[in-house]
Amino acid sequence: MAHAYTPGLKVSKKLLVTKKRILPLKGEVVAKVGDKAHPDMVVARTYLPGDVEPINVANQLGLPPEDIESCMLKKIGDPISEGDVIARSKPLFGIKWFSSESKSTLEGTVESISSVTGQVLLRGKPIPVEVKAYLEGEIVEVFEQEGVAVCTWGSFIQGIFGIGGETHGNIKVVVPDNTTTLEDKHIDESCKGCIVIGGSRVTADALKKAIKVEATGVVTGGFDDKDLRDFLGYDIGVAITGSEDLGTTLVITEGFGDISMAQKTFELLKSKDGEMACINGATQIRAGVIRPEVVIPLEGDVHDKQAAEEVEQHGLVIGSPIRVIRHPYFGRLGQVSGLPSPLQVLESESKARVLEVTFDAGEKAIVPRANVELIES
Amino acid sequence: MKKDLDKINVILATDCGSTTTKAILIEKREGSYRLIARGEAPTTVEAPFEDVTMGVLNAVAEVGELSERKLLDEDDKIITPADNGVGCDIYISTSSAGGGLQMMVAGVVRSMTAESAERAALGAGAIVMDVIASNDKRRPHQQIERIRHLRPDMILLSGGIDGGTTSHVVEIAELISAADPKPRLGSGYQLPVIFAGNIEARDAIKDTLSNKVDLGIVDNIRPILERENLLPAREKIHDLFMEHVMAQAPGYRKLMEWTDAPIMPTPGAVGAIIKTIADLENIEAVGVDIGGATTDVFSVFRPEGAEGIFNRTVSANLGMSYSVSNVFAEATLPNVMRWMPFDMDERDLRNRVKNKMIRPTTIPQSMEELIYEQAIAKEALRLAFVQHKSFATVLKGVQKQRTIADAFDQDASGATIVNMMTLDMLVGSGGVLSHAPRRQQAGLMLIDAFLPEGITRLAVDSIFMMPQLGVLSTLHAQAATEVFNKDCLIHLGTCVAPTGVVKKGGEMMSYEIHLPDGKVSGKINYGEMKLLKLGLGEDGLPMKARAILEPARHLELGSGKGNKVEAELSGGVVGLILDGRGRPFVLPTDDKERIAALKRWMLELNIYSPEALENL
Repeated sequence: MAHAYTPGLKVSKKLLVTKKRILPLKGEVVAKVGDKAHPDMVVARTYLPGDVEPINVANQLGLPPEDIESCMLKKIGDPISEGDVIARSKPLFGIKWFSSESKSTLEGTVESISSVTGQVLLRGKPIPVEVKAYLEGEIVEVFEQEGVAVCTWGSFIQGIFGIGGETHGNIKVVVPDNTTTLEDKHIDESCKGCIVIGGSRVTADALKKAIKVEATGVVTGGFDDKDLRDFLGYDIGVAITGSEDLGTTLVITEGFGDISMAQKTFELLKSKDGEMACINGATQIRAGVIRPEVVIPLEGDVHDKQAAEEVEQHGLVIGSPIRVIRHPYFGRLGQVSGLPSPLQVLESESKARVLEVTFDAGEKAIVPRANVELIES
Repeated sequence: MKKDLDKINVILATDCGSTTTKAILIEKREGSYRLIARGEAPTTVEAPFEDVTMGVLNAVAEVGELSERKLLDEDDKIITPADNGVGCDIYISTSSAGGGLQMMVAGVVRSMTAESAERAALGAGAIVMDVIASNDKRRPHQQIERIRHLRPDMILLSGGIDGGTTSHVVEIAELISAADPKPRLGSGYQLPVIFAGNIEARDAIKDTLSNKVDLGIVDNIRPILERENLLPAREKIHDLFMEHVMAQAPGYRKLMEWTDAPIMPTPGAVGAIIKTIADLENIEAVGVDIGGATTDVFSVFRPEGAEGIFNRTVSANLGMSYSVSNVFAEATLPNVMRWMPFDMDERDLRNRVKNKMIRPTTIPQSMEELIYEQAIAKEALRLAFVQHKSFATVLKGVQKQRTIADAFDQDASGATIVNMMTLDMLVGSGGVLSHAPRRQQAGLMLIDAFLPEGITRLAVDSIFMMPQLGVLSTLHAQAATEVFNKDCLIHLGTCVAPTGVVKKGGEMMSYEIHLPDGKVSGKINYGEMKLLKLGLGEDGLPMKARAILEPARHLELGSGKGNKVEAELSGGVVGLILDGRGRPFVLPTDDKERIAALKRWMLELNIYSPEALENL
């Protein structure tokens, strides 16, 4: 196969970022092309059909299903309020007390009446849904009844794993360098509403403190799985996240364990200290992969396509900067110094295509090509 | 398209997976069908290509180059029929790209009609996203909410025996109608719903559903309680898969025109080959395919001499990369750790597992990494098989007429039909088994996870071509079987495991085996394993050895307690594994004893090198 290496996560100083903001069902788009967008601006809204509640009227009235239609006081499509009598059996001997009633359990409309099952389905009031712009930028496209595309120039950092959804806040770097563990002592009241930037691992206490002081997000190098489980209260089995409601969004840039944030990523975030960033922890590692992200909107005309940072894409060649992503060299950085083509036998006795890496400290090692990630420059 | 089977000499088959499209070329040479070449290329269903045929053509081009056979013409069309060393006679394909076939099934009683519907959907190769039933303990509004959010490719609705009550199944139809579900792919068509329930409910079902969904009606899946009738529903699922799901996926309309048989969902095709082989050899077989995200288990059993009953289960979140963390969560740490012949720090192990989950394409470089990955694989396989056993059952809800003779032997309604003692063959597939550096490792993973009893042949799929052979088996069973036995399967050998337990160190079994280079005899004591060499013949098929096996007094090898068994054992690249660890199998609870036992077995079976085991 042509691509026997893992492309690295994107870290770019300047990139044109476009996000589609689409409703779950068709509805109304309230923004138009050319509008300036900000993260909390509503761009489209719709109503989801309300919840459905079945009531077995036949049982409640003690009648066979085919008789309920004649007892219905409300017809299909009629509006109803909670407690409304929707059906009443015909009084026995004309005495009112001997009749029974069915009452609505919600506010909404009558959806259907079945003479086969004796069920009446009630539908609740429509549930409003709004989609926000998420980014600060410009509306560049409108998809009629569906949503919009928001575009901005921005610094862009792709994470490896995250929890929590979309949010934004000002960047606040609270550690001196990319190797420092983010602990609770680094976080105080001044972090309220901010995206806190750490170095290597974030401790569970630090994350709890971030939530306590109402920091909107935390971006850091690594996290311990044991802490993650203690923190969430359950083990994440499959990497599909983003809907957690913890009070803060977490973006991990490198992986699980004690692992420092890549120098380049840390430097980029540090250079943006105090600026507004939009982050999303949603992760999906399956076909159609979704990675968490940090977008720091920049000034600039989104229609000027020339200003993007030149990204060199050479694939895996001698001199390529790489990160090893599996034991026994997990997390170490270096450069490719050899690309032997024949398969080689590893210590595990598996045969694989390998490369020689010269680590930043100068020593060399052989690692499978599948176990390295290109650091995109 | 009907073709004369005798004139089929060159067969081209592809399997379009989510990430890779694999092509194989089969040719008839010297009277038998053999695999000639295999090629692969990235699947091109998603952007920027959005045309599956590009990946197919790339994979076919690679096969063409490797086999030095021209398969594509100047316009990039598959040349057919074969002529003068060019082209192929038939081209067939399977597909699981774009997420495969995703279904929701519904029935009235969870353990009866809903389970029959689930069996039909799984057998057709679908991923069952959810099973809705009147008694699934969810409130109706929760069920409606779930149906609305799932967005399946199609729904199979069953319920009621023919002539029974209609109201329950119509109630479920009303829920589906209220949810107004939308199909996963494409917005321009209505969601297909197949009704395979009470014949007398058809009119009411039409009234309830026909203007909201694309309703199809087939024979009842459970016409009477005592009988399942899955075939009409399965065929309808395959038709709809072609018409709706495949036709919506990019490039598939073109691919459908190229193939000589309908495109099958990949797991459906794997099931087809396992069923074909089991029926041809009249054996009971279990196949397992452990992937990155899911593990599929297929089985054919013949309880009390019945016709082969085929079952398939998909354990959606048991796998070796995307789902590895879930295996860990479901199996729990102690169960994974029990297979490791050394101690490992929990925090470290947890982080390593999560890092594999977020970077699923990495491979074990060190021996330590290989061993823990294989330990996790044993648990993934074990859990998938537990699920399979609880699903592959005799029909539930059937009243059995009993005589006084049954008083002491009452099988419960719904008992599993999986019988490890009568199982003849266990086939493993998927990266962790097929690519294990030593074949012995695959053998031990299968034994530890499935715990076969009595005499069981073991094999692995060499390069995962079971899907292509499955679809081929529907057209040309002979070609599919020949390639399956000679090129697809790697015969590992046979496991002989007496059931029952004796005292520590007590005798489990004595054996006398006539190997090609002479007779060997001896005893296996409790807690021992032994490996005897019996390889493959020149034709690539397993060598055979006559054996007389005598279990100890309270133990069994398939002929009753303490009874001698005379059998012909099959060899393979591993050989004959005599497993004296007893069934039920229990590992020592003391850590030191457990590690010592694991090392002893691993050394005897040559699982890892002695140096590696020494250094860990």
